[in-house]
Amino acid sequence: MLLFLLRRVLLVVPVLFGLLLLTFVLTRVVPSDPAAALAGDQATPQQIAELRATYGFDRPLPEQFLHYLVQIAHGDLGSSYFTRRPVIEDLIERLPATLELTFFALLLSVGLGIPLGVVAALHHNRWLDQVLRVFSVGGIAIASFWLALMLQLVFAMELDLLPLRGRISITGDAPPHLTGSYLIDALVFWRPDILRDALEHIALPAATLAFGSLATIVRFSRSGVLETLQKDFVTFETAIGYPRRVIIAKYVLRNSLVSTVTQIGLLFGGLIAGAVVVEAVFDWPGIGGYAAGAVFSADFQPLLGVTLLIGAVYAGVNIVVDLIHAWIDPRVAETM
Amino acid sequence: MNLIWLKFARDRSALTGLVIVALVALIALLAYQIAPYPEDAFSSDPMRRLRPPGAEHLLGTDSLGRDILSRVVLGTRIALGIALSVVTAAMAIGVPLGLVAGYFGGWRSEAVMRVTDVFLAVPQLILALALAQLLRPSLESAMAALILTYWPFFTRIVYAETQRLRHAMFVEALEGLGARPLRIMFLHILPNIASPIIVRATIGMGYAILTAAVLGFLGMGAPPPQPEWGLMVAESRDYLPDAWWFATFPGLAIFLVVFAFNLLGDGLRDIVDPRLRRSR
Repeated sequence: MLLFLLRRVLLVVPVLFGLLLLTFVLTRVVPSDPAAALAGDQATPQQIAELRATYGFDRPLPEQFLHYLVQIAHGDLGSSYFTRRPVIEDLIERLPATLELTFFALLLSVGLGIPLGVVAALHHNRWLDQVLRVFSVGGIAIASFWLALMLQLVFAMELDLLPLRGRISITGDAPPHLTGSYLIDALVFWRPDILRDALEHIALPAATLAFGSLATIVRFSRSGVLETLQKDFVTFETAIGYPRRVIIAKYVLRNSLVSTVTQIGLLFGGLIAGAVVVEAVFDWPGIGGYAAGAVFSADFQPLLGVTLLIGAVYAGVNIVVDLIHAWIDPRVAETM
Repeated sequence: MNLIWLKFARDRSALTGLVIVALVALIALLAYQIAPYPEDAFSSDPMRRLRPPGAEHLLGTDSLGRDILSRVVLGTRIALGIALSVVTAAMAIGVPLGLVAGYFGGWRSEAVMRVTDVFLAVPQLILALALAQLLRPSLESAMAALILTYWPFFTRIVYAETQRLRHAMFVEALEGLGARPLRIMFLHILPNIASPIIVRATIGMGYAILTAAVLGFLGMGAPPPQPEWGLMVAESRDYLPDAWWFATFPGLAIFLVVFAFNLLGDGLRDIVDPRLRRSR
């Protein structure tokens, strides 16, 4: 298992290196004047000259690339052209909010999606299955920005049930800082008032974000269970008189959820990307909203930082998923 | 061939998808004839701004007094135009690369597949955002960004399929007869792996429409006053909750078209690739 982990981590290295090379080529080699491209439309000639000097754009490309690697290894992702703040500081400050939102959405889609998928499979071709099937194809066809607005329209504006935007009420306080996740911190320090407020605020953005992945998980767990139900061992166990409930709970589920688990890694990437839109609509103070803000103000350095950070997080999540996969199905670790 | 059609005709959801896609294509072709106020693509009329849906304007008017039905109809041209060009270009890049990597193997496949991995290492939307930003926001940049993020999907599938056929009897026979690699790849392997490519392309149409709308919503796609669906939803935000129709209908249009392409793609996959049959 340890060897498997080590190999898996080593596999990520060339990909991350490639990502750095790709971003380097995109920012330094493709534009005719990279300093001007980095600086944005409103920069003065002095600012551009200043940038050119700090980044050494006049040096040979291999030297520039080495410099770029050293910079990033030191956590220097440049600074925003508008706030002048280092990108890395902004990212560290905002990452917990995004992780809270994406993990909450992931929990929501896995927690609802797997049972719904299993139920659909057990009701194969009956009306419940048909409804869930339409949902599982339709769910991934909805534009998240539109779903966000529709949920805001119904639940925040018309019914006034949930807050329109933000992570916590303006009048309320944030919980004492421990993990950076308001939900966990409010639980740990037991502040039910803050917990309730934070839950109300996360409900709509998390529901929006979870919607597409929920549909995917329903689909995969449904087809996984259907496939497993046709296996010989199920017929055998039925024949020797195991109760159906035991067969499904004990044997079918474990065997059929493997493909669902591998999907979760891919889904997480989708969730983090979706967070850009969802955070922008709900004013969620995470890195997604940060990226969207950078898009609006044509501020390239923050966007580059977000791209690299998400690439790294994505790689990490996929390693974890592979480990879970190997734990559910030990044969995986042996073949690698 | 007849068998495929028979299977297809029996798959109700795939058929529904095909009918909607065909209808949408027809609407796109005849957009200027169908739209009740075709001039509303660009001109505005402040006298009739934010009218709710009614007899004169079936889906209401927007903040500049433009007929929303007309703009949704005209928007089909933009959406389908983007999707077709993006998928075609992504195929033109991805398919040859996949063929070369799968046929030759060795350093060529290593080089191609490692580059593919890098492009798949970041979620597509994030990469598209960074690329579109770098190329200066415009419709063309958005399309370029979508192409650059979608080609790896074609490469991956073509690579896997080509590898599967690499040592098939007919390929080795052709090699024995002295056929050149280019000929074998494009004239003999490609036709045999067309089905999974078509399935990918159909699903890619939905992806391109959806992602182009997201870029439009974030202000990185078609510039105003273009009747682009994502942009229309973005423009509607300041008028909620009163002008609910302004936000609702462009979003519904996105949903319907993407839904149709996904239904069609799913149905096609079940027919051409029984191994992947999702026990529907």
